[in-house]
Amino acid sequence: MSLPCPDVAGRHSGFVDAFDLIFHHRESISGGVCVGGPGEIGHLALLHLEVSLVAVVIAVLIAVPVGLWLGHIRKGEFLAVSVSNVGRAVPSLALLAFFVAFLGVGFTNVTLVLTLLAIPPILTNTYVGTRQVEAETVAAARGVGLTEAQIVGQVELPLALPTIFAGIRTSAVAVVATATIAPLANVQSLGTPILEPQTYGDAGQLAAAIVVALITLAVDAGLGMAQRAVTPRGLKVGTHAPERRRRFSLGTPAKTETT
Amino acid sequence: MNAVVLAQLGNDFFQKRTGAGCVQSQGFCPSWIADHINEYWGPLGEHVFLTLVSLAIGFGIAFTLAILAHKRRWLTGPITAVTGALYTIPSVAAFFLLLPITGRGNLTAIVALTTYTLLILFRNITTGLRNVPVDAVDAARGMGLTDNQILRQVELPLALPEILAGVRIAFTTTVGLATLAFFAGGGGLGEQIYSEKAGTGGIFFKSNVVVAGGLAILLAAVGDLIILAGQRIALPWRRVGNA
Repeated sequence: MSLPCPDVAGRHSGFVDAFDLIFHHRESISGGVCVGGPGEIGHLALLHLEVSLVAVVIAVLIAVPVGLWLGHIRKGEFLAVSVSNVGRAVPSLALLAFFVAFLGVGFTNVTLVLTLLAIPPILTNTYVGTRQVEAETVAAARGVGLTEAQIVGQVELPLALPTIFAGIRTSAVAVVATATIAPLANVQSLGTPILEPQTYGDAGQLAAAIVVALITLAVDAGLGMAQRAVTPRGLKVGTHAPERRRRFSLGTPAKTETT
Repeated sequence: MNAVVLAQLGNDFFQKRTGAGCVQSQGFCPSWIADHINEYWGPLGEHVFLTLVSLAIGFGIAFTLAILAHKRRWLTGPITAVTGALYTIPSVAAFFLLLPITGRGNLTAIVALTTYTLLILFRNITTGLRNVPVDAVDAARGMGLTDNQILRQVELPLALPEILAGVRIAFTTTVGLATLAFFAGGGGLGEQIYSEKAGTGGIFFKSNVVVAGGLAILLAAVGDLIILAGQRIALPWRRVGNA
């Protein structure tokens, strides 16, 4: 009758116990099943990343074309900027709760919620990045005979890419963070151990928190590197200072909010 | 025939929205909301408390750090990096990472929420100070003001719009994150949204979700407008051309 995993209740405490649960499976608090260990935690981490990735990809597919178009025609500043401000005022838990209460649980609805959270920073940054391209540059491109589509694809998009990536980075971090509460809508993620302490215990909650924090920092660092990689060489001349400032100011367009 | 069907539909609709059937079907029931709205003021108060305390402490820390970084420019990079890393850690994770250290309750919630205000406030205060026109500072120095006088009488007033913009962003962000403070035992509107224990039906009950979620959004919006109004009163010279 004995399980293939040890009963370790009370053997350690705090962070030691949490790391033990990440690396070794054990009997659950309520008994009868094995929880934890690299297998299960890794599986939950993959599910966590899966729902996050789907949401960010959909958000990019929606927000980048719209932002590019608005930036290219140099209209819709109010929409592109206020979408971020409104997005920030709606708590992620409230948004998820609205979806669960009115549309029900499941992968599709969680993906929708995460996509809605991811769109504003990407849209605003794409717009601002495209808009920042100097009018002379666009005029020159038009002068040498580029079509409007070519101007967007070959001039504005490359020049806006660092800013767009800064937005994707902001969104990705927010999405990975919010996917933690996906189990409220019956979608498994690293939030599962956090929301089921009766099974995973304090150690499970802490272990999941550690893994989520590490994954978020990794996503942030990874997309930061990607952002530098996509920066056209012409924009890298000189120092990195302007780029840094952009990263930290565009998620929250400070200038527009001083009014 | 159609009239009968319509009347029946209308009747169903009415009953669904008022009677016990509405509550049983987890619907959106105005009469239930009217009866239970009083149960939300407490959590709303906790929410306001968490937000304001965290914002006040965060502002104190960020302001001190920004003044330090203003005097020692090389500090800006490291401070931005550290507050940036803190900002990146998801709030739910932060609540649980703090639990073994600070225990369940308000303290954990406030510590975590405070750390999230730091990057926003520090960034905006330093940007505001950096954007002060060099000419204004030179003129003040020429008039014989000391560095501290320049900071207090010239640079800070001119940086105020940027600083208050940061406070607005930090406020709305903190209201949103405070909905997760119940994970740390900090109460707030999130407890009403999520917890069955709160006695208001949890996340599947439409009426509860609309009231609790709506109050959180309303709090963010109203607070934002109050700070905006404060900004207009504090900065009368900016009203021209900005309206």
